[in-house]
Amino acid sequence: MTGLAATSGNDLTTADGVPLKVSLSRAQRRNKIKAVLLVAPLFLFLLVAFILPIFDMLLRSIDSAEVVTHMPNTVRAISTWNGEGVPEEAVFAAAAQDLAAGSRARTIGKVASRLNYEIGGMRSLIMKTARKAKKLESGPYKAALIGMDKRWAKTDVWQLIKRESGSYTLSYYLAAVDHKYAADGSIEAKPENLQIYVNLFFRTMWMSGLITLLALLLGYPVAFLLATLPMRQSNLLMILVLLPFWTSLLVRTTTWIAILQSQGVLNDLAVWAGLITDENRLQLIYNKTGTVIAMTHILLPFMVLPLYSVMKTIPPTYMRAARSLGATGFTAFRRVYFPQTLSGIGAGSILVFILSIGYYITPALVGGQSGRFITNFVAYHMQQSLNWGLAAAIGSLLLATVIVFYLLYNRLVGVDNMKLG
Amino acid sequence: MAPPPYATTTERGWHYIFRFLCGLIFLFLIGPILVIIPLSFNAEPYFTFSEAMVVLDPAGYSLRWYEDFFTSDAWLGAIRNSFIVALFSTILATALGTLAALGMSSRYMPYRATVMAVLISPMIVPLIISAAGMFFFFSKYQLTQTYTGVILAHTALGIPFVVITVTATLTGFDHTFTRAAASLGASPVRTFFKVVLPLVTPGVVSGALFAFITSFDEVVVVLFIAGPEQRTIPIQMWSGIREEISPTILAVATLLVLVSIALLTILELLRRRAERLRGLTPN
Repeated sequence: MTGLAATSGNDLTTADGVPLKVSLSRAQRRNKIKAVLLVAPLFLFLLVAFILPIFDMLLRSIDSAEVVTHMPNTVRAISTWNGEGVPEEAVFAAAAQDLAAGSRARTIGKVASRLNYEIGGMRSLIMKTARKAKKLESGPYKAALIGMDKRWAKTDVWQLIKRESGSYTLSYYLAAVDHKYAADGSIEAKPENLQIYVNLFFRTMWMSGLITLLALLLGYPVAFLLATLPMRQSNLLMILVLLPFWTSLLVRTTTWIAILQSQGVLNDLAVWAGLITDENRLQLIYNKTGTVIAMTHILLPFMVLPLYSVMKTIPPTYMRAARSLGATGFTAFRRVYFPQTLSGIGAGSILVFILSIGYYITPALVGGQSGRFITNFVAYHMQQSLNWGLAAAIGSLLLATVIVFYLLYNRLVGVDNMKLG
Repeated sequence: MAPPPYATTTERGWHYIFRFLCGLIFLFLIGPILVIIPLSFNAEPYFTFSEAMVVLDPAGYSLRWYEDFFTSDAWLGAIRNSFIVALFSTILATALGTLAALGMSSRYMPYRATVMAVLISPMIVPLIISAAGMFFFFSKYQLTQTYTGVILAHTALGIPFVVITVTATLTGFDHTFTRAAASLGASPVRTFFKVVLPLVTPGVVSGALFAFITSFDEVVVVLFIAGPEQRTIPIQMWSGIREEISPTILAVATLLVLVSIALLTILELLRRRAERLRGLTPN
């Protein structure tokens, strides 16, 4: 105790006279700063390269700056319109001016696409009028515009422009849940033949549920076997679980195409064995069946590994004790072993479910029409229809679902305890 | 392991049925991967076994799809791109991830659970969402269709694996070692390289392997942010499967299986080494 000297009462100080409490908190603060500094580079990197991009995308789902940016005069003029009948001359004049300017600057196409998401035919209306408006030199503009296209006399066209004149909109989210604004601004369901996303969302959920269940049914016995076998044998069998885990996703998807397609290995085998005739080959791929089989195979290791790590901690003596007390094998399993594996079941199931609802590649390659997931529509709107707002809205609903399950997983397992391989 | 001596006949029956079922599940796991290996030597352009293959006629087998692969500029370019991207993103992810794991395993790290949830998030967020977000954000800064963009994106995706594996290694790390080194006069940097790093190396290496395979196998993000210049092997396979499905893909798949066997072997050796150091294995 040479470094410490007791002075008055309980006040301990270090050799250089600083109270011990102060010195300790100083040292702890230094450690804290050190820890934070170590984490900081990665945290900042992820913030810039990952978190910000996702927020940026989320903003796109409510962003609606096209009309207000490219038709500023119209937006100003229409703000005093009460929404009934047709707006007055001043609004038409502003619109004609904006359309002509937009046509010259080649920005009007953005407005046209934006409004076309809401009412079909708006693109052609805007583009056509904009082209003609360039030649328009003097009023009255109202008669001129209606003369170019009768739709300018319709109330709902103007109501749409007024509604979308803000910087933000909820219409992408409405579209993502199969709803839309009615002409009077209230919210109504889309016609039944245009409702796709809610159904697709539910299909993604129940197919993921089915995949999770199948993975659990197949993964539980395997994990049990691996956890109870002697180490040397279980290490060997573990390779059979880890090799698929380490094999490229596309390789595994390709193999299922080779096996399941109608001229593939499985059908050939069944025909050869006489189980089916050559004309009645089974359609096992490019539909729901294909997606479920391939994804169960791909996600199975994610079920086996958490189950295994929980089962490994259960002492085999518990089962033996139950047996010695007179329980049958089944009762011992049900009352003693199974309850102890529940946390592993929870961890594995949530993990598989989370990964499954966000899967894109496999459903896109083997799912055909009926086995597609919601992610396939995010990709479709990103790459083909270029309706990025809708892609972002569907994506953020998916993200919200995933985050709910992630929080649940975090509660149940703790991300700290996540193990790989 | 035989059934226990006290098992009844019914229980013995169940035991063997259980073993049989497990065998079938293992077959389901590994069978598909094994099936494509002989298929890739098919002389015919089909995805199934021809009659000549079944009767083991040498004429049924050929190396033509491998020849296709090794003489195709598109595939060779894809290999080069895949290695460039995977190598650089692995280096970045491993360096950043290892430092962060050191901080995260400190007792003094504030808001540890929250920060950990953020660091792991690239693994949890659906790839399509990460890809869409990165596409919008990176295009603002002219990073799409560049190697830098793809490398940065893959670094973000590989980070969780490095953080998880290195943190797991560090939970068993004895912090008195660093104090001992410090008391003997070593600077913190010297302590890190001479004491900490050698002890956590197995974790760092397996984290790096995870990061490498994540990048090497990643297709969604590359699909969105890479240009024709940055086509990687997975992209080449993706378009191969969608457009002209030829057994060249099976040859590539077989080669990739060999790559994963190699990685798995390295990982297994590392694990055995770590277990031997901790005195866990019988040998």
